Amino acid sequence: MTTRLALSLRFVRARLFATPLDAIITFACCWALAHFLAPLARWLVIDATFRGATRADCTGTGACWVFIRARWGQFMYGFYPLDQRWRVDLVAVVLLLCAALIAIARPRHRAVMAAGMAVALPPLVLFLFYGGIGLPTVETREWGGLMLTLFIAVYAGLLAVPLGIVLALGRQSRLPAIRTLAVIFIEFWRGVPIIAVIFLASLILPLIVPSGIGVDRLARAVIGLALVIAAYMAEAVRGGLQAIPKGQYEAATALGLRYPAMTMLIVLPQALRIALPAMTNEFIALLKNTSLVLIVSILDLLGVAQAALADPAWVGMTMEAYVFAGAIYWLLCFALSRASLRLERRAAQSHGG
Amino acid sequence: MRAFVNNRRVRDVFWQVAVWAAVVGLIAYFVRNASDNMAKAGIASGFDFLERTSGIELPFLLTRYTAQSSILELLWAGVVNTITVALIAIVAATFLGFALGIARLSRNWLLSSLAGAYVEVVRNIPVLFFVLFWYFAVIAALPGPREAIGIFAVAFLSNRGLTVPTPLAADAFSIAALASVISVGAQIAIAAWARRRRDRTGRGFPLWSTGAVLVAGVPLMAFAAAVAATAWDIPVLRGFNYRGGFVLIPEFVALVAALATYAAAFIAEIVRGGILAVPKGQLEAARALGLRSGQVLRLVVIPQALRVMVPPLTSQYLNVLKNSSLGAAIGFPELMNVFVGSALNITGQAVEIIAITLAIYLVIGLAVSVLMNWYNAKVALVTQ
Repeated sequence: MTTRLALSLRFVRARLFATPLDAIITFACCWALAHFLAPLARWLVIDATFRGATRADCTGTGACWVFIRARWGQFMYGFYPLDQRWRVDLVAVVLLLCAALIAIARPRHRAVMAAGMAVALPPLVLFLFYGGIGLPTVETREWGGLMLTLFIAVYAGLLAVPLGIVLALGRQSRLPAIRTLAVIFIEFWRGVPIIAVIFLASLILPLIVPSGIGVDRLARAVIGLALVIAAYMAEAVRGGLQAIPKGQYEAATALGLRYPAMTMLIVLPQALRIALPAMTNEFIALLKNTSLVLIVSILDLLGVAQAALADPAWVGMTMEAYVFAGAIYWLLCFALSRASLRLERRAAQSHGG
Repeated sequence: MRAFVNNRRVRDVFWQVAVWAAVVGLIAYFVRNASDNMAKAGIASGFDFLERTSGIELPFLLTRYTAQSSILELLWAGVVNTITVALIAIVAATFLGFALGIARLSRNWLLSSLAGAYVEVVRNIPVLFFVLFWYFAVIAALPGPREAIGIFAVAFLSNRGLTVPTPLAADAFSIAALASVISVGAQIAIAAWARRRRDRTGRGFPLWSTGAVLVAGVPLMAFAAAVAATAWDIPVLRGFNYRGGFVLIPEFVALVAALATYAAAFIAEIVRGGILAVPKGQLEAARALGLRSGQVLRLVVIPQALRVMVPPLTSQYLNVLKNSSLGAAIGFPELMNVFVGSALNITGQAVEIIAITLAIYLVIGLAVSVLMNWYNAKVALVTQ
């Protein structure tokens, strides 16, 4: 007990009060905390209203979380019809089950299972969300909220990863014309703002397909985002490609492998494993950037929060709406960034050992 | 024949031609569809629309643009606004980011944890969230002009924006700027001379002290004198709003604040990474040579940390530039908003307008890249 006390005392002296300047900094930080964090805590929890159903119940001086509860459905599903929301829930359950299955599977089966799911799940989810063949159709303009945020991020990611891999291989190619093409493509999409690309996709895509073919509004936004993220993914994959020792290429050539076999069997399996943390970081960026579809009036999580502010029955709920939406983004991205860190550490360990 | 097909040179040429042919074919197909579709919809093409009168009022102007000006001038006003916002946000983000990055490395546990918490919270939230939050939740919640927050009683922050004083004449500032240029030029000349002397004789020169006077002292004093010598139009509360001065509209304040607070978190990580990247042996060697702690920092740590920091800083600065386009979400008249928003509405020529907008972002981005690459080449390690 005494050693513990001594240890913590030593910590306080070394890390908080080592020099007079340190003491001043510590006190200044305490003052700032008391000044900003205490009111924040009071607003968030202590003075906040949790019970009730209408605006009239918001009597406290703090946040009124009643608003979030009343709007919960919209924050999660947007304007998805009430009687059809079970389909979205079903998708969530299926995805969780699949994740659990991968988690308990043997490590050497995981890659095959994940690949199988990556092929089978997207069409299934699309079918459940959109409908057809027995299920009533729900137009994409009725989708919204967190469901739409995740949908856009995952589908744009699914398009971006293969495209990014191809671009990265192109950029590392021996053939100058192909390298130039890949560089132009990558640097173009990385050089322009994402909202410009979303505008580009929503205005130009309907023009460049043969007349008579409509391109869904949501699909345009997903394609636009995918093009940009593919360029960033390509740079992440390139990092992995550059980390592969030259001897691997030489050994593959010596074994008589041609380019496709060498790429699929030797290069990509190693490069992708190395690039996985960087690719996860790009996915986090993508998840954050899905919010930009707000600009073409597609209401994802942030868009729904923004739209909820216009409700005359709930005036003055700006802070609550933003804090709630921001907290969800933060939770998702923080969890992913921790996962990326863990991947990075594991990669470092396996390389070291 | 078999030998020809299997010839490596032949195969290389074949694949390159095939890929380019496919890409060019695809683009040609898109262009044909687009011209068909546009002809059917009766959309004009060409760049004649740039000469037309715009008829749009802009709430924030730094050029001589009026509603009677042409669309080309509207474009220019948007470009100037974009660059202004990006520059101010970059400077603010750099200061805030360096402060946070150094705070994160502090020995003081409380300070480093607070900086760390800031970085972790901000990095995991969309930048659009910050723009909307600053605009709708922070600036909108400020008191009205009557209860505005005064800053040294010359600038006033309220829910109508930030009202700042403006100089009535620019002469004194031109003189101060000239004096600064001459003084900075002198420092550059001295630095060149000092380096040549050091290479020749090995004798050092207190460049930092002349730099402090010539780069910081003289310009600061010149501008302070100019500020004192110039008559100012100081905003005064009349009725319900301020008269005089220049109004930085709420959209401007919110956008700059959002971009700066967001980018600062990323810059803080870059600064931290840069400083941590300096090998410990370098510090120990520097101390062993008898350098004082200030010299260690100046001569050993900072030059090596900068080398690591410059490339990622470049991409952060470019991100600020690109993210300034989010002004469109809150109605700040920057490039995206005035061009892809307003100009597209009056002309309907989506292809030309998007092409011009993308080209401008690419050109500005390229310029920043070239500048930073030049700087990077200067600080980069010269290996034998």
